[in-house]
This record gives sequence, C-alpha cells and structure tokens, in this order.
Amino acid sequence: MIISDIVEILKADVICGHEYLNREVKNVVASDLMSDVLTINSDQLLLLTGLSNIQTIRTAEMSDIQCVVLVRNKKASPEIIDLAEENGIVLIECEHSTYKSCGLLFQEGLKSIY
Amino acid sequence: MKKLFFEYSVEAGNFTKAGDASSNFKKVLKQLNVDPQVIKRIVVALYEGEVNIVAHSVGGNIFCNIDPKSVNLILKDDGPGIPDINKAMQVGFSTASAKVREMGFGAGMGLVNMKNNVDFLKIESEMGKGTKVELTVNL
Ligand SMILES: Nc1ncnc2c1ncn2[C@@H]1O[C@H](COP(=O)(O)OP(=O)(O)OP(=O)(O)O)[C@@H](O)[C@H]1O
Ligand SMILES: [Mg+2]
Repeated sequence: MIISDIVEILKADVICGHEYLNREVKNVVASDLMSDVLTINSDQLLLLTGLSNIQTIRTAEMSDIQCVVLVRNKKASPEIIDLAEENGIVLIECEHSTYKSCGLLFQEGLKSIY
Repeated sequence: MKKLFFEYSVEAGNFTKAGDASSNFKKVLKQLNVDPQVIKRIVVALYEGEVNIVAHSVGGNIFCNIDPKSVNLILKDDGPGIPDINKAMQVGFSTASAKVREMGFGAGMGLVNMKNNVDFLKIESEMGKGTKVELTVNL
C-alpha cells in the first residue's frame, strides 16, 4: 500500500510531503508514547498518533518513520510542519479516533508490527 | 573515514530544542555514508540520552567522536545525578514530571532501549555532581 491509499482510506488531509505520497507503507504502529515508538525496529513504518508536538516529529526522524498520521482531529502547528518538511516526513491529519483509524487500515490489509 | 569530533550543548527543560543535537549528528552520519541501520541505532540511543538530559537534568553537553571503526558518544550533565543506577535501568522505572509525560516520554524505557541499540554502554553518576553516559557503536 502507498501513502496516497492511506489518505483515501482515512479521508485525511495531507499537510506536507505531497511529493512523497507514492511511498510504500508495510507496517503500522499506533501510539501516543514516544518512548515506545523509539524501541521499534521496522522499516516502511507508519506512525498513527494523537500526540502532536515537535518531539513526535523528532521521534519519527530518529526512527526513520517517513509518514505520521495525526488522529483524533489533532492539528499540526507551523513549527511541527516546518520540521516535518525539513526531514521529508509526510504529515497527515485525520478526524477519526485512533481505534477507528486502526480498524480501517487493518481491514485494508495493513499489518501491525507484532 | 578520518577522525571527527562534534560537541553540542543541551538545555534543561527545553522540549522545543530537544533532539536538535541528535538531528544534527544524524545528518553528519548520513553524509559519511554510514549504513542506515547503524545510523538508526546510533541516533535512537543518542536521542534517548539527549531527551534524558532535557527531562531529568540541569543541562549538559554531548561529545561525539567518529573514527573509522566506531562512533563513541559521551553525554554529560551537571546534576542532580541518578541515586540508584540499577533501579533507573529497570523497565518502567521513571521519575519523569507531568510535563515530560505530556511530551510523550517518561515510560522508563529509555536507558534500556539505549543499551539494546549499542555495543557498549557505561553509566556513571554522582549525586549533586551529575551523570555521564558513555556509549559506543561499532561501524
Ligand atoms: N541524565 C539523567 N539525570 C538524572 N536522572 C536521570 C538521567 N537519565 C535518567 N535518569 C533517571 O532514570 C530514570 C529512567 O530513565 P529512562 O530514560 O530509562 O526512562 P524515562 O526517561 O523516565 O522515560 P523514557 O525514556 O521511557 O521516556 C529517569 O526517570 C530518571 O529518574
Ligand atoms: Mg528517558
């Protein structure tokens, strides 16, 4: 699945990284705890989170996560968008709850990391 | 690859800047064409350590040494120190403040995650003086 498929499934808005929407996504992690995300070793990983701050993007940067979906209608601040852009991270905003977003993606065949 | 040295200062409590050092050092490693898997291990450990300085200390410095065979990082802060290092190394032990938890940290997983990502880790701490975390990742 590529990122643009995810945008469609979640009826979400792409905030930045429009040029990278054909990136492949294999696995998904849903967490608001960056401590947890930092322990994951998986590539082509998508992060689904309700935590919208600078450290969300820093965590993605360090973990080589190339796409971050902000769920529960959380908004990205200009600082967050700048940092995501600088690091080539696709940032997406979506109105669904974490549970619903996960359910929709799981149904379409995206796998959990464990 | 010749020997290279980088130094960063880390401000206590500043969660806007937390990760700046790790981000900068990651760009350096990328330019040196280090294997991406190895870069990830180094910068995850470094970032854990950087966030710990921001979250738990009065501030400190990070010293990064690159040589042809390894990357060696020293993270030093000026206090307050860790009273019981064995306890701090246990998964789930955390003294993180509400502010730190709000930022998505404070699960008591960082030091263990550091250990899992590196080839060598040594933590020394003296109450009232500070903490020194040294780690090495072989290239
Ligand atoms: N540089 C430091 N100075 C003082 N205390 C520290 C320092 N680093 C870690 N500690 C202590 O060790 C505990 C465990 O650290 P660890 O990094 O494992 O977890 P955490 O920072 O609390 O949460 P997480 O890293 O999962 O977000 C901290 O809660 C803190 O009490
Ligand atoms: Mg920590």
